[in-house]
Amino acid sequence: MTNDRRSSTIYNEADKYRMIFINGITILLIYELIGEVAAQLLPIALPGPVIGMFLLFLTLSLRRPSMAAIEMASTTLLSHLSLLFVPAGVGIIVHFNRLTHEWLPITITLLLSTMITMATTAIVMVGIQRFQNKWGHHHA
Amino acid sequence: MLDPDLAKIWVYLATSPLLGLTMTLVAYSLAHRLYVYTNYHPALNPVVTAVGCLVLCLIVTDTSYAAYFEGGKFIHFLLGPATVALAVPLHQQFAKLRRIWLPVLIALIAGVTTGALTSVAIAQLFGASYLTQLSLAPKSVTAPVAMGISEQIGGLPSLTAALVVTTGIIGALGGTQLLSLLRINDDSIRGIAMGLTAHGIGTARAFQISSEMGAFAGLAMALSALITAVMLPGLLRLIGLLV
Repeated sequence: MTNDRRSSTIYNEADKYRMIFINGITILLIYELIGEVAAQLLPIALPGPVIGMFLLFLTLSLRRPSMAAIEMASTTLLSHLSLLFVPAGVGIIVHFNRLTHEWLPITITLLLSTMITMATTAIVMVGIQRFQNKWGHHHA
Repeated sequence: MLDPDLAKIWVYLATSPLLGLTMTLVAYSLAHRLYVYTNYHPALNPVVTAVGCLVLCLIVTDTSYAAYFEGGKFIHFLLGPATVALAVPLHQQFAKLRRIWLPVLIALIAGVTTGALTSVAIAQLFGASYLTQLSLAPKSVTAPVAMGISEQIGGLPSLTAALVVTTGIIGALGGTQLLSLLRINDDSIRGIAMGLTAHGIGTARAFQISSEMGAFAGLAMALSALITAVMLPGLLRLIGLLV
């Protein structure tokens, strides 16, 4: 570390700004890499990136590091999340046979299961909040 | 039919990643423009339009999916870091959760269980094959995680991706009416139900209604992805679908 470069504040500020996205992406990739290694070592079947997400969440909650780099890379990636599904979605072309044979069970499943799941989630949450309110009043 | 020189160029391009990658970005960019133009109509979700256009292109030009994916894989790769990135909205909204963490947690576990079991049961009832049942099980989870889970349990990740997107559109289109019908007016509860069921597409829809509903939907999306990844293999083993 020589001082002649550090003395140039303009250089440092511009460089900091320039590196923020790269640093953010690098952090995300490092967590994914750790997640992938953990997925190989752990006995439970979890996708590596999910373990990476969990570890990054823990780090953010425990250490409260400077968020700027991670936040910028994450926001950028997540705001284009839809684009990232496209190549996999085109893979549907490989499953045309399956879809023409099974379109009826698939359609019924998607419609019914989606509605049942949404209703169940909402009703369970309303029920438990009501239960908690009652319980809370008794002990107030 | 084609000029021999043009045919030579086509053969060269069809095997290079450049064409697949560029086609993907062009299709998505046009699809997104259409989505904005129709004031974000859920049925015109850019993923659906872009995938439709690309599938049509591949069929018309008689290009294989493998050749297309040579270029598509560069975009596909980013699903990994995008999954890790979900930790950021989860962290940002975690403070909101403190007050109501218990009902949220129980509702999410109930929702994840219901989603997986009803999809497998209904698919089985109407005669779907084993592979389709497995590919349907993680249909409510945000696509990058759902594809990872699908691969892990032996489903077809690319079929799961298409099913996930369709689930999201159904949830976003019918969800608000269903919740109103059930007289659920609390935006935090509506958001939780929407995000759990219809992941990112539902979250985008929730943000159109209110920022509170959107924030809770995003939270439910990230948490239910984690819960499903942990619970689903065991759940499927319990009902005898996996050994």
